[in-house]
Amino acid sequence: MEEQNNKDEQLTNAQLELQADAAGPGEVKRISYAGLIARRFFRQKSAVVGLTILAILVLLAIFGPFICKYDYTDPDFTAINVAPNARHWFGTDGGGFDLFACVVHGLGRSLVIGLTYAILTTAISAIVGTAIAYARGWGEKIGMWLLDMLLVIPSFLLVAMIVRAASGTQGWIMLILGLTAFGWIGYARTLRTMALSLRERDYVRAAKYMGVPSIKIILRHLIPNLGSILVIDTVLCVISGINSETAYSFLGLGIKAPDTSLGYILSQGSSAMLSAPWIVLIPSVVLIILCVSMQLIGDGLRDAFDPYSRAAGEVADEESKKDEAKKAAAAAAGNAAGSHHE
Amino acid sequence: MSDTTSTTTMDDTLRYELLEGNGPKGAPTGDPVMSVRNLRVSFNTEAGVVHAVRDVNFDLWGGRTLGIVGESGSGKSVTALSLIGLLDDNAHVSGSVKLNGEELIGKSDEEMSKIRGARISMIFQDPLSALTPMFSIGDQLAEALLIHNPDMTKDEVRKRCIELLTLVGITDPENRLDAYPHEFSGGMRQRVVIAIAIANNPDIIIADEPTTALDVTIQAQILDILKVAQKETGAAVVLITHDLGVVAGTADDVMVMYAGRAVERASIDTLFERPSQPYTMGLLGAVPKPHMPAEHRLVPIKGNPPSLAAIPAGCPFSPRCPMATDECRVTEPELLPLEEGEGHLVSCHHMDEIRDKHLTYADVYPALEPLLPKWADVPRDQRPVVLEVKDLVKTFPIQGKGLIRRNKGTMTAVDHASFTIHEGETLALVGESGSGKSTTLMQIMDLVVPEEGTITVLGKKTSELKNARDRRELRRNLQIIFQDPMSSLDPRMPIYDVLAEPLEAQGWDKTKINKRIGELMYLVGINPDYVDRFPSQFSGGQRQRIAIARALATSPKLLLLDEPIASLDVSIQAGIINLLEDLQVQLKISYLFVAHDLAVIRHISDTVAVMHLGKIVEYGDTEEVFTNPQDPYTKALLSAIPIPDPKVERTRERLVYRDGKLIPASSLLPKSLK
Repeated sequence: MEEQNNKDEQLTNAQLELQADAAGPGEVKRISYAGLIARRFFRQKSAVVGLTILAILVLLAIFGPFICKYDYTDPDFTAINVAPNARHWFGTDGGGFDLFACVVHGLGRSLVIGLTYAILTTAISAIVGTAIAYARGWGEKIGMWLLDMLLVIPSFLLVAMIVRAASGTQGWIMLILGLTAFGWIGYARTLRTMALSLRERDYVRAAKYMGVPSIKIILRHLIPNLGSILVIDTVLCVISGINSETAYSFLGLGIKAPDTSLGYILSQGSSAMLSAPWIVLIPSVVLIILCVSMQLIGDGLRDAFDPYSRAAGEVADEESKKDEAKKAAAAAAGNAAGSHHE
Repeated sequence: MSDTTSTTTMDDTLRYELLEGNGPKGAPTGDPVMSVRNLRVSFNTEAGVVHAVRDVNFDLWGGRTLGIVGESGSGKSVTALSLIGLLDDNAHVSGSVKLNGEELIGKSDEEMSKIRGARISMIFQDPLSALTPMFSIGDQLAEALLIHNPDMTKDEVRKRCIELLTLVGITDPENRLDAYPHEFSGGMRQRVVIAIAIANNPDIIIADEPTTALDVTIQAQILDILKVAQKETGAAVVLITHDLGVVAGTADDVMVMYAGRAVERASIDTLFERPSQPYTMGLLGAVPKPHMPAEHRLVPIKGNPPSLAAIPAGCPFSPRCPMATDECRVTEPELLPLEEGEGHLVSCHHMDEIRDKHLTYADVYPALEPLLPKWADVPRDQRPVVLEVKDLVKTFPIQGKGLIRRNKGTMTAVDHASFTIHEGETLALVGESGSGKSTTLMQIMDLVVPEEGTITVLGKKTSELKNARDRRELRRNLQIIFQDPMSSLDPRMPIYDVLAEPLEAQGWDKTKINKRIGELMYLVGINPDYVDRFPSQFSGGQRQRIAIARALATSPKLLLLDEPIASLDVSIQAGIINLLEDLQVQLKISYLFVAHDLAVIRHISDTVAVMHLGKIVEYGDTEEVFTNPQDPYTKALLSAIPIPDPKVERTRERLVYRDGKLIPASSLLPKSLK
């Protein structure tokens, strides 16, 4: 025993700690952060429904053209303005174009525009917003002034002009660029506000005092720690992207023939609302389903990231049930034993 | 069957408590106001079920104070909150809490709200957030009164409010009633919170770390006020704290909690004279004593407090206990009396051995090898100066209100501060919040050219630094450790990247970084296999070790420490202090140690500079300053430290610094109550 003590005495504090660590309590069950979020996400039924719907829509947009006999570019002149039937699943429009082919292509277009817009917007706003917050002093003042000035620009008009100048096949790219060019400003402002509290964190100061360059601090410390907000923002941004695209196309300022999108089909169908209502109804329903699914996913993500949400789950219930069951069993056994004795 | 056991423990608990007489107030008499039996609280979390409180029993008597001591995660706060019914919805509470015979567990929130504030009231830790900024002090006091006494007239309410404010020592209460919380200092706000708590003459006052957020001198005053409040209302007080010094001066009975259970319970004097559970011994022994010179090294309790989601089998303290045997790792000991006829309850399998052999802290925790003397080779004067600060001045403009923020004047945060640090020595910068000590630290860290005076780091004046490269070069030798290891490590980065960051910034190559990280982990006592883990997977103490490793990565000559142990658990603190001492001897680093905890400073530093309102009022050798302080402010500061010894704490007279003079603290208390 004494020998043991003497040995201990010669160890440094660090070595003692290592020993304690090795003999420490059993490994605590840990879940990785991503795993935790996924678990909380999938615990919510509505979020899972949203994800399923989105998956189906994406599959439809990718594989739809292969299962349909018609292409969205070649009309079937034998069937003009026919209601949905076995040959034309969604019917045809006034030009004889198969509506299923058009909707599937339009859906793909809308999804691509929505996703690209959301990712670009989030990336730009994250970098600009955090950089302005991190700059402090004059940099911050000038940055904020610029953002405020950009918000004043009549973006709708500019986007419309840019897209009009582009050709029909390239129009959707210009539309994405136009939307993104003005879409990030508002988000950048909110993200700056979020970054204001992050920039005061000790790890940011520590990195600065180590001599880490500013760009690295922004990319390595500030943006990743806004991660949860960025993910939710991106998802909700998809909705606003799709909605803007639809609105521009409906007004004839976005997607133009020969290309097609959900908004374009709607604008074409709106003139024949009474005689051929399916031309408006079907793309509207698809659009609504798409937006609702994204919204459900966004909601689910927010609850998954929020530590105080109802997504926390009821882990203990099983155990307390078990306890109760055990007690009940014990009581029953006791009674049985008692009765036997009697 | 279960009924009979619970009634016997109920009797036992009360029977032993009635024997607890070794304190200033003697043994409790009469019926208890509140009885807590077999209290269990658990929460559902992602990590599993957290058993926050496990079978806690105690009684409260009017006029007596029960101190509940424990580290973070010991279940002490949850215990308090379950008494008043303020737990989260996902908490499962079972057992019994009886207030004057009335069962509280199972009551609805509505029923509890009639009791809360009237018969049980609570004082929270942070007075800054306990008061609503939108309403005046008078409105908030009146609210507390009117909710439970709707018939009171305006005049009666006003009279009572003034009475309450006078009681808690707020001068000029008539005018102060219309003031808003932001016009009050932290200590004044806590007084108001206490006034609200006693407004309805409660039977029980729960104080959850009431002084942790306050400065030492304010803390002492608040504890005095709390005693006054107790005397006035005759209430039972539950004082929850991690600070053994605070308990020593205030409590009558003490319950030590660990991993959700009471591990030791005794009257105040018994607990401090004869701690008998190894955890309590370690806790009392590992605290640096402010009233004694630091001759011995602190012996830390090894390891970390357990996670309540994965409490180790057997005695929860067994993985950290030097006395643990196989039995301890299998069954959890019961809380039993140490000696028949005494109300000293201990939960330990080795209780008999501890009692019969009169084992103390020194026997259970073997002493560490003494440190090599720091000045072994070269006398102090001949060592190179690492940091020299001369007549440093830093002012902040005070901006006026309104559209044009004209500068109304300047506030001097640092006023001609001067000090020097030699190689391998520790200088402590002591002061209360607002004294300018952190501003001084940041001025040095930012490597700015000061408004007045000079900062010289390793022989280089900051005014001579020309570009970013010069600064980066200097930063290699100058690193900082922050107070809170939770926020000083990026939660999204694995430890490897955390430690690699300063090395990458200095342009090291990959293989060298790899090797260095292994060395660093070993140096601070973290298993090098853990490099892929994230900060959230480590305990507070381990995180602070990682923060220290990061600061040491580039082998700096000077380390600035901003309250490095203030946010750590008591049992962990000693380990970090020892680590810092070891590292200083091994690596010959100099420390600039900023702190408000004078006990730690006496232990670790060679010289002390006391800061007050931006000025250094006293500067000298640590032992000299502690034993023979010259400046009145230093004297007041020293007399305010709570000392973890109830007998010393009860007999000494505290001094308070007022306008450059020292006055005895008792003269500040309301006259009627002396």
